[in-house]
Amino acid sequence: MEKFENLTGVAAPLPMMNVDTDMIIPKQFLKTIKRTGLGVNLFDEMRYDREGAENPDFVLNQPQYRDAQILVTGDNFGCGSSREHAPWAIKDFGIRCIIAPSFADIFYNNCFKNGILPIALPQDQVDRLMKDAEKGSNARIEVDLEAQTITTSEGEVIPFEIDAFKKHCLLEGLDDIGQTLEKGAAIDAFEARARAERPWL
Amino acid sequence: MSPKTLYDKIWDAHLVHEDADGTSLLYIDRHLVHEVTSPQAFEGLRLAGRPVRHPEKTIAVPDHNVPTDPTRIQGIRDEQSRIQVEALRENAREFGIEMYDVDDVRQGIVHIIGPEQGWTQPGMTIVCGDSHTATHGAFGALAHGIGTSEVEHVLATQTLIQSKSKNMLVKVEGKLPPGVTAKDITLTIIGRTGTAGGTGHVIEYAGSAIRELSMEGRMTVCNMAIEGGARAGLIAPDEKTFDYVKGRPHAPKGAAWEAAVDYWKSLRSDAGAHYDKVIEIDAAEITPVVTWGTSPEDVLPITGTVPAPEDFEGGKADAARRALEYMGLEAGQRLSDIEIDTVFIGSCTNGRIEDLREVARVMEGKRVKDGLRAMIVPGSGLVRAQAEEEGIAQKLQEAGFEWRMAGCSMCLGMNPDQLSPGERCASTSNRNFEGRQGYKGRTHLMSPAMAAAAAVTGKLTDVREMM
Ligand code: SF4
Repeated sequence: MEKFENLTGVAAPLPMMNVDTDMIIPKQFLKTIKRTGLGVNLFDEMRYDREGAENPDFVLNQPQYRDAQILVTGDNFGCGSSREHAPWAIKDFGIRCIIAPSFADIFYNNCFKNGILPIALPQDQVDRLMKDAEKGSNARIEVDLEAQTITTSEGEVIPFEIDAFKKHCLLEGLDDIGQTLEKGAAIDAFEARARAERPWL
Repeated sequence: MSPKTLYDKIWDAHLVHEDADGTSLLYIDRHLVHEVTSPQAFEGLRLAGRPVRHPEKTIAVPDHNVPTDPTRIQGIRDEQSRIQVEALRENAREFGIEMYDVDDVRQGIVHIIGPEQGWTQPGMTIVCGDSHTATHGAFGALAHGIGTSEVEHVLATQTLIQSKSKNMLVKVEGKLPPGVTAKDITLTIIGRTGTAGGTGHVIEYAGSAIRELSMEGRMTVCNMAIEGGARAGLIAPDEKTFDYVKGRPHAPKGAAWEAAVDYWKSLRSDAGAHYDKVIEIDAAEITPVVTWGTSPEDVLPITGTVPAPEDFEGGKADAARRALEYMGLEAGQRLSDIEIDTVFIGSCTNGRIEDLREVARVMEGKRVKDGLRAMIVPGSGLVRAQAEEEGIAQKLQEAGFEWRMAGCSMCLGMNPDQLSPGERCASTSNRNFEGRQGYKGRTHLMSPAMAAAAAVTGKLTDVREMM
């Protein structure tokens, strides 16, 4: 997995709550058997009209946000399905960090598996960053995972919380499966115990 | 020992390893895969040269993409759908996983066939790359959706990296009034707690109204735990659960059965166990409900009126404004005046035999309103066959319903069963998100009985008026 180090970039404001996975990547794009190539269809139904023409009002179609690497958004982002196509599309577009008051559980976990950093902050701090993001491409926000801080374009430093293990994996770009396979002996021991206790399984 | 919840007990029984910070390796007893969220996982295994650790603990079934007309046996016309289903078939063969293919009568929606095959049992940990895996919690199994990277992780290691959720209790006590069903319970709970009310929690549903439900009803309730934001939903197993599992193809037999039941009986929360959040609902106060907006929390009794954005605070006011525009509704309009074009009966929420019986009961002596598209998509080939055997299928067809083959169908419209822009649907599925059932399609969620009533009148209708 790609490492997440420091990130300084443009943040796109998407002030909506309950942005669900169907909005992030509509189901007609789930028929792929690959992980890549979904970025052009990120937020498809808000981003394009039926004929495929860009909707100029949508934030990611505005020139200053086309290369956004950060998304600032509303409560309960990523709710709905467990589909990992949602973080794949976000990553493929180039967004590596999402800041919101809260995230849906499975989506939150899926982000980490794909080198995306989701940051949950109190509403008033998200509001502040939203204002910053609305300034467009001149306002660059800095995210420092190691130090667990966000620095606004005005130099204000906002600390954030993150699970230590998840942070470690992101920083090192660690592959979960490889790590778990190293615990093979513990899995073998568990299976032997479970076979004795619950033989019907 | 301190008293434990049902969730605590299942968790403890599956803990392989725990790090100092609480990050845990949890053993997974059963894994279900479907065609949409698994191809990248198998590809990952192939690229890394890793085998599937326990192919016998996994089953595969295509459901999301499959067309529901009988000609599908000759091949799926949509090329991308066909490629996904073929990839599943190929992967199942290569890695030695049992598959219920499109031409198998046992094929159906993954969350319907798990219980149907006895694959789902109390006390298990069950995962699937699909958020409605929560359905299996109705058996007292810890079941939840996972992403594709986690699908790959489970295939390779038969474990999952997890941190423990909090415990939430939703207690529904009392007797449900006539015309009120499991779907109304689960929608009412989401209306009360919101779509983020359960975030970070596993919900245990308890109380006399939950115990009174059939296994089908319990599955409907747990199915939508995810719409309430919870990681999983759970109901303690009892005699009804054991009766349901007994004799099914994958259920334990003989002495193993006795041992299993003994163990399953221990799967209930201890008196005095701690819950981080408790919600209590009086069953007698639940009414038949429908959704008016584009979030499953937008729930109101059918006797109500469409709300105004000003009725809400903060971001929800904007969301409501957007929802009303999308849904083409005016504040103050009576819900029972809303006219529909389509009725969809099916999905892993309400595609089981009991749901179809309920529809047949409401339709007794009545017909689908002229000009309305009304489709029934049984949750599995076996549900379909049983409904045909009971004579329900024939009656419903005579009443004007289309009788389709099994699959997810219009629940998410990945196959040809979709709404057209502006079309309005009375649906027994679980999500009313924008575009869920088709581009610009409008969805109202409700129970099978309510959907049947809507089919008769062509409007959202209080089923109690037909009883
Ligand atoms: S029926 Fe609908 S909710 Fe259930 S698994 Fe299929 S698509 Fe998902």
